[in-house]
Amino acid sequence: MARIRKRSIQLSKLCSFACCRSSSQDEHAQIGQKGYSRVVYCNEPDSQEQIRLRYRGNYVSTTKYTAVNFIPKSLFEQFRRVANIYFLVVACVSFSPLAPYSAPSIILPLVVVIGATMAKEGVEDWRRNLQDIEANNRKVEVYDKSSCSFRQTKWKDLRVGDLVKVCKDEYFPADLLLLSSSYEDVVCYVETMNLDGETNLKLKHALNVTSFYSSAESLKEFRAVIKCEDPNEHLYSFIGTLYFDCQQYSLSPQQILLRDSKLKNTEYIFGVVIFTGHDTKVMQNATDPPSKRTKIERRMDRIIYVLFSTLILVSFIGSLFFGIETNNDLSGGNYTRWYLRPDKTTVFFDPRRPAVAAFLHCLTGLMLYGYLIPISLYVSIEICKVLQSIFINQDQAMYDEEMDRPAHARTSNLNEELGQVHTILSDKTGTLTCNSMEFVKCSIAGTLYGRGMTEVEIALARKRGEQLTEQAPIDASESKKSIKGFNFRDERIMDGKWVSEPQSDVIQKFFRVLATCHTAVPEVMGPDEIMYEAESPDEAAFVIAAREVGFEFFARNQTSIKLRELDPTSGIRVDRVYELLHVLEFSSARKRMSVIVKNPENQLLLLAKGADSVIFERLSKEGRAYEERTKEHIEKYSEAGLRTMAVAYRELDNDEYKTWEQEFLKAKTSVSADRDVLMDELACQIERDLILLGATAVEDKLQKGVPGCIDKLARAGIGIWVLTGDKRGTAINIGYACSLLRHGMKQIVITLELPEILAQEKEGDKEAIAEASLNSIKLQILKAKSQVTEESSTEFGLIIDGKSLTYAMDKNLVNSFMDLAMRCATVICCRSSPKQKAVITRLVKSVTGRTTLAIGDGANDVGMLQEADIGVGISGVEGMQAVMASDFAIAQFRFLERLLLVHGHWCYRRISMMICYFFYKNITFGFTLFWFEAYTSFSGQPAYNDWYMSCYNVFFTSLPVIALGVFDQDVSARLCLKHPLLYQEGVRNILFNWPRILGWMFNGLLSSIIIYFLTTNSITGPAFRKDGQVADYSVLGVTMYTCVVWTVNCQMALSINYFTWIQHLFIWGSIAFWYIFLVVYGSIPPTLSTTAYKVLVEACAPSILYWLTTLLVVIAALLPLLSYRAFQIRFRPMEHDRIQIQRRRPESTEYDATQRRLSESSEARTSSELPSEVRIRIDNLKASSKRKN
Amino acid sequence: MDTNGATTSSAAGGGSTSKSSSKKHSRKPVYSRFTQQELPACKPILTPGLVISTFTIIGIIFIPLGLVSLSASEKVVEIVDRYDESCVPSDYSNDKLKFIQNPSINKSCVRTLTVPKLMKSPVFIYYQLDNYYQNHRRYVKSRSDKQLRSVSDEKSTKDCSPEDKTVDGPIVPCGLVAWSLFNDTYVFSVNSKTIEVNKHDIAWKSDKEHKFGSNVYPKNFQSGGLIGGAKLNSSVPLSKQEDLMVWMRTAALPTFRKLYGKIEQDLQANEKIQVVIQNNYNTYSFSGKKKLVLSTTSWIGGKNDFLGIAYIIVGGLCLFLAVCFILLYVIKPRPLGDPSYLSWNRSPAGHPN
Repeated sequence: MARIRKRSIQLSKLCSFACCRSSSQDEHAQIGQKGYSRVVYCNEPDSQEQIRLRYRGNYVSTTKYTAVNFIPKSLFEQFRRVANIYFLVVACVSFSPLAPYSAPSIILPLVVVIGATMAKEGVEDWRRNLQDIEANNRKVEVYDKSSCSFRQTKWKDLRVGDLVKVCKDEYFPADLLLLSSSYEDVVCYVETMNLDGETNLKLKHALNVTSFYSSAESLKEFRAVIKCEDPNEHLYSFIGTLYFDCQQYSLSPQQILLRDSKLKNTEYIFGVVIFTGHDTKVMQNATDPPSKRTKIERRMDRIIYVLFSTLILVSFIGSLFFGIETNNDLSGGNYTRWYLRPDKTTVFFDPRRPAVAAFLHCLTGLMLYGYLIPISLYVSIEICKVLQSIFINQDQAMYDEEMDRPAHARTSNLNEELGQVHTILSDKTGTLTCNSMEFVKCSIAGTLYGRGMTEVEIALARKRGEQLTEQAPIDASESKKSIKGFNFRDERIMDGKWVSEPQSDVIQKFFRVLATCHTAVPEVMGPDEIMYEAESPDEAAFVIAAREVGFEFFARNQTSIKLRELDPTSGIRVDRVYELLHVLEFSSARKRMSVIVKNPENQLLLLAKGADSVIFERLSKEGRAYEERTKEHIEKYSEAGLRTMAVAYRELDNDEYKTWEQEFLKAKTSVSADRDVLMDELACQIERDLILLGATAVEDKLQKGVPGCIDKLARAGIGIWVLTGDKRGTAINIGYACSLLRHGMKQIVITLELPEILAQEKEGDKEAIAEASLNSIKLQILKAKSQVTEESSTEFGLIIDGKSLTYAMDKNLVNSFMDLAMRCATVICCRSSPKQKAVITRLVKSVTGRTTLAIGDGANDVGMLQEADIGVGISGVEGMQAVMASDFAIAQFRFLERLLLVHGHWCYRRISMMICYFFYKNITFGFTLFWFEAYTSFSGQPAYNDWYMSCYNVFFTSLPVIALGVFDQDVSARLCLKHPLLYQEGVRNILFNWPRILGWMFNGLLSSIIIYFLTTNSITGPAFRKDGQVADYSVLGVTMYTCVVWTVNCQMALSINYFTWIQHLFIWGSIAFWYIFLVVYGSIPPTLSTTAYKVLVEACAPSILYWLTTLLVVIAALLPLLSYRAFQIRFRPMEHDRIQIQRRRPESTEYDATQRRLSESSEARTSSELPSEVRIRIDNLKASSKRKN
Repeated sequence: MDTNGATTSSAAGGGSTSKSSSKKHSRKPVYSRFTQQELPACKPILTPGLVISTFTIIGIIFIPLGLVSLSASEKVVEIVDRYDESCVPSDYSNDKLKFIQNPSINKSCVRTLTVPKLMKSPVFIYYQLDNYYQNHRRYVKSRSDKQLRSVSDEKSTKDCSPEDKTVDGPIVPCGLVAWSLFNDTYVFSVNSKTIEVNKHDIAWKSDKEHKFGSNVYPKNFQSGGLIGGAKLNSSVPLSKQEDLMVWMRTAALPTFRKLYGKIEQDLQANEKIQVVIQNNYNTYSFSGKKKLVLSTTSWIGGKNDFLGIAYIIVGGLCLFLAVCFILLYVIKPRPLGDPSYLSWNRSPAGHPN
């Protein structure tokens, strides 16, 4: 047995690594049928048969466009927006005489806008393309039959059937069938981080029949045919058959190496390419995340429709009047307006057919008033959002030093949604907690060890108002260096002092169990440094704890485990070798794991650790010595939010073991379907009559700053749901620790762990159980609801477990359940499955109709993240899966506070202001055109020169609005965090509700009226200069346009709160640019500049009246907003106004003092209740929003 | 402040770059006041003080400005005489159209104007038309700037239809605008002594020098079936036809004045001016008024009370608002930071969602 193999540790015997079992036989029968038709001729990629099948090459392309289809496809994408189609139609029609403007002046802005968007698409796609090129040109060694050797090829040149060699730490270029590896038992280790985010190594092993092909020479003769399933996206299944040597062998996922996973701990492997390129499972999985649209965008679409209706209405009114006027041109056989030559006119102005003329004029009107629709709105918003995301990415306050990870906005189109989050759905492990387990306490032989205090305990102690004895400093000075996963302080045990403890033999046994009963693999990093690669962080914590106490596990091979431990008699550290006989693996069903070892004294031992409930029921009579006390301790631990595990052992009798082993091996090698059941039963047989040693307590550490962050978010009025797989007790404790549940909060628990239900369960009638459960849940919900309505002044925390949740989600109950849940400040769903998480998220989203944010870190949260309006991934230890599915990635939960309260608030404010302002400026402009129309008998003559108008959206007004969208801040980041209630502006959508939007539109209308009538009355009529010249069409156009540019830009200056040099530059620069434009445009020959020729230099600038009119009109047009704002701030200040004013006068007002007091107290407490004032305010808010709903 | 902000931020940025580059491959965002959104900024707030002072300042500036403009406008002396009705002989008063369209009837008509106040030279003569849509799209577009500018573009009459060409070739100047050229004439005399009317320099300089070519001569003008308005002397280049240039600067609104000429002598108060009007232009078919205007100018231009009044009104409004705010502040002083005035603590109807 002790044959030395080259570096081979036959870990395959540790079944726990095997993640999937071979699929059952009936599936294999489907081979060759529909969906299972793939045929691979191994090592014969050039054969006729293989080529005839025409499988895709290994070239992958993740780009949206190709060089050929970029133009048409991206154009198509652009014109999926209604507004853009409108502009395209207008551009096309502009070549006809219908057009009020010259065609180029219409086409240019469209080209600029579409071009900018396309350029953005192009750049993004180019980046993807570069990644593709990199991936496609990676090198891999492919077997060349002619030379019997491997030669380097690019990934993209791989074909189905090729034999490839992949070396250590290389990625697999395609989905491969594992033939053989550098290990003699043809296993290899794979890291699938890129696929599912799991960092632990997975074991794959080849079929034994192919294991002989382990050298380049032998491969020459290798011929086989694989028939298998068609490409699909299921990562964990594979069905196929290998036809080799006239024999059939079933293939399972165990033999499949997936593209983009990595070969680890194995020198090299040989494999056959089965799926290439886009057929690979990873590429089949690579669907775009569901594209999410924000509420603001959806509302914006509606506003666009409103504007379109206005546009149509206005054109209709225009054409109606035009029709009447045209009709009047012919009265009683005489042509009234003879100077228009109505006798020899075109169809557009024909008084004999006024209806046709009016209809055609309506089309003209649709083009003329097209300025009501902001052409550059979409592209400006996109630019702003991209820049906003850059700010999010660049924020130093959201950078995690430890992980070296800044925040990352993966999609830029959800920024403003961050400011409107109503409910946060959070994962627990890895999100609220670090998912780094720390061994903090243990109970050995009924004695408590471990003096450290967990955060939960501190929080609980605070809650009880106990005075805490400061002990943290002692710890800090005492510990030489903090060890990850170990936070155990007890001078009775540490540094070998356990020897002098009364129960030292039990302590020794206890730690021996911890050091041997596991599946971790040691990695010797240096002389004194050993790292462990373990399946779960709990396990690593145990091994580390054992090492720190003096039971160092330093080597493992397939048959033995080596420890270096202190010999209590001699006091020297000696190496002990435990012969590893069997590993009875951990599973969630068994809730325990055990190993059978033979110690150096030749004793056969079964060492076990597992959940207390499972272990306690397997204790022998004499093994229960410490049962009572240990139980007590476990209770205490779990109250303190710790994860507990009971530790026990058993000495095996040689004969008993022999008989058992025979049976066990037989079961193990059997191929029947019930092999697993059989093995479980056998494991049960041997895992009995245990002797209890003690229990461990591991702390699932809270992430830094979590309680504070949750407290802030709660004060911002955001509801928080925690969806966790934990037990109820643990979940509640964590809830307290991170101030989700607060003192004075009433807990409502909905559970099925009631005696009557349990009794029913024993009977086993499934339908009866279901019915009883449903009724019970219904009753509980009703009871809770009446409680909530009765005592509306207190806060409630709802705790529900996964099983009850399935019943609560019943369609008859779901509404009342959600109603209850919405009234609770905190909801904790424990024992919920990943799927339930997604379902709950969808429900919360659909029932409330508000914005939900899901935050999680693991692969199990992906569904939830994609379902929620916003998915935030924590780039923590559990890999990148969640991050890949998320919209925003942050490194720590506490950054959520800044992401929402600061960036969310800002972005929401910016985008909503920006859109309102956009509509304002276009309505102002568009309606001046309309008023002018009224004075041209609605003939469709624009008030301005064509090119002034086409530059309006693109040059004179775009930059300030972008600056608003990117830089504006109502209050600074510090104040945003200090006044979390400010966030409610977004949740209640105060800045983008219909009254506000319509208010801005009304303001635009008002501005246009003021501009038009004041300008025309001031400037036209008598001479406007000293030299007697009168203002003509071109002068009026320039004057009005000047007023529009000034008004619109000054209105912007009035409504933003934040002036940096950028704002100044853009706002005043835009106005200056208008004058520059006039001078430049006016100096080109008159055939091109037409009415604009020298109009400023010669006509307007020397006229004092022109400047006086500008001043008058601009001030008059600003007055409505200015006085509205002044009155509003005085009588109905919004939250940000209040804070701004407060900031001005920090020393004064009583309110500020209370605020300071509040913030002080909030800093002091970690888990205390909300300040009453804040709570009352939140209650008011909720009440008012409810009334509206 | 601006430049300060820029330099400090760039300096800070530079500093942290060097620091982070020493740390290997740190993904820490580089600090700069720009990326951290901490640029120096002024954050104006509409405090009561600011509001009151803004309104007061606007009022204080606007009212004097209005008064000054109003007085400038008052100084302008203007004589307006509507002659379209009275210049039609009484026997045609029921069918004015017939009168104006009949070329054989003598259209001259004598009007007497009284100078109310001393009119200092130059006195500008305008004709004012009413209900005349020079800004009608069909009308505005019906011209060819190219053709007006150079001889070589004579044939570019694309937009001029129906006045684009005759059987003899293109019309110069083409289009409805030129075709409908105003053709009433005025001759002024005081005490039977003719007053010289200077018709030079009534057009814009740019028109004379750039828009209307000095080598472009009228061709085939008003030679078609229907005669629109005035005829042009085909031996005078367009750049010298100032009446045409004035006419072709289309007016913005249906009521407009156009410069006819200048009288370069003072007109004394109470002087009686005799005007002999050739009432040729047809405004009767669309019932438009015709007026003759004599006006002096001031720095503000012609007689224009509107601007002054508007200034005074806006200024007065601002002062009124300022007073309102002051009163509010005096009568009901209230700490603005008072939390009980939070928008959502009050009736939700105020901010319906």
